[in-house]
Amino acid sequence: MSVAILRQGDYLIASIQGDLTDGQVLALRDDLAERVGHYRARGLIVDVAALDVIDSFVARSLRSIAMTAALRGAATVVVGIQPDVAIAMVQFDLDLAPLHAALDLDGAITLLDGRHPGAGGHER
Amino acid sequence: MPAKKTAKPRRSAEASDDHKSLLRELVAHLREHRTKLREEWVHRITDADLLNVMTPDEIFSEVTAVYDNYVDVLETGSVETLQAYARDLSERIIPRGVDTDEVLGIVLLLRDVLARSLFANYLQDVELLNQILDAYEPAANRIAVTVGVSFVEERERVIREQQESIRELSTPVLQVRDRLLILPIIGVLDTARARQLTEQLLGAIQANRARVVVIDITGVATIDVTVANHLVQTVAAARLMGADAIITGLSSKIAQTLVDLNVDLSMMNTVGDLQGGLEMAERLTGYRSESNAVAVSDER
Repeated sequence: MSVAILRQGDYLIASIQGDLTDGQVLALRDDLAERVGHYRARGLIVDVAALDVIDSFVARSLRSIAMTAALRGAATVVVGIQPDVAIAMVQFDLDLAPLHAALDLDGAITLLDGRHPGAGGHER
Repeated sequence: MPAKKTAKPRRSAEASDDHKSLLRELVAHLREHRTKLREEWVHRITDADLLNVMTPDEIFSEVTAVYDNYVDVLETGSVETLQAYARDLSERIIPRGVDTDEVLGIVLLLRDVLARSLFANYLQDVELLNQILDAYEPAANRIAVTVGVSFVEERERVIREQQESIRELSTPVLQVRDRLLILPIIGVLDTARARQLTEQLLGAIQANRARVVVIDITGVATIDVTVANHLVQTVAAARLMGADAIITGLSSKIAQTLVDLNVDLSMMNTVGDLQGGLEMAERLTGYRSESNAVAVSDER
């Protein structure tokens, strides 16, 4: 599978390396839900920098990954959306809400670090 | 219109020769009375209160040039020189605030002045007068149209150029503080510019690793549904890049328009002025590093 899943402290980092098939996206969701519980992760970072396109299926899958992870106790941050991908998503009216987005891993980790004192009680 | 219809069948070689000789006679008449007619025209222009942004001397010299061009057109039938002159004249007088109605007004005045002098001259011979007018009227109308069109074209060219330069005005994205950008928008936002602006902003977010962007629209005079949606899209795209956007400088008029248009701005942070926007931005970036929870609830 073209997704590397790394563990960094309390966080899981899923780095997507290339375009995924629909089946792979679904498998990734199950895999992440499983691992979030296994590692007792409090945050999940999905790196989509390698994706040239984020279509409605991927957007919905990201949302569903986030919701699944939330049920298992982890907040999800999407990082690395490229400018032209962002423009295209907005034009096609694709929204990642309620997901958080960050520019890069640093931003995501800062965001997740900041969330902990509030214990996830302030979902947007 | 009826005059035109009756004139058509007569357009045989002989008739066109007649026509030419009539025009020649006409031109000779106009040349002969050049000074008198020109002065009469200037007089009428001043009386009609036209071109009052120009000095009498300027009016007189332009009038002389137009008059000579006018007579040339009647003589040669070619409007090209006049067209070039009209463009050149328009270029000079448009920046001084001469309006379309003034330009059309003076050309029509000249037509009237000349026609009246023809009446006076050929009063004894109604038949000849009619023939002269047949020759004169189409040419005169053509001249009026040429001058008017040249003026309007020149005006449109200026407008196009100005639009172009507005579009080319680069929209600077300024870094005020670490991870805080300002994007002042001035002028007209249309689809092309909004798109360019969004691209520029997202690029800057990536390059400066910005967390918060303040978009200041104090310089945007009016806003409509399209522009409002562009703003909403820009904000949404910035959010996908991990940056929060704050819109500042909404005038009361724009705010009312947005409410009337029913634009959904619920997901946007709006603050009255740039100062307030910067304060909010600092609060957002400041709280972020310590406790995100406060910032998140503040943001809503």
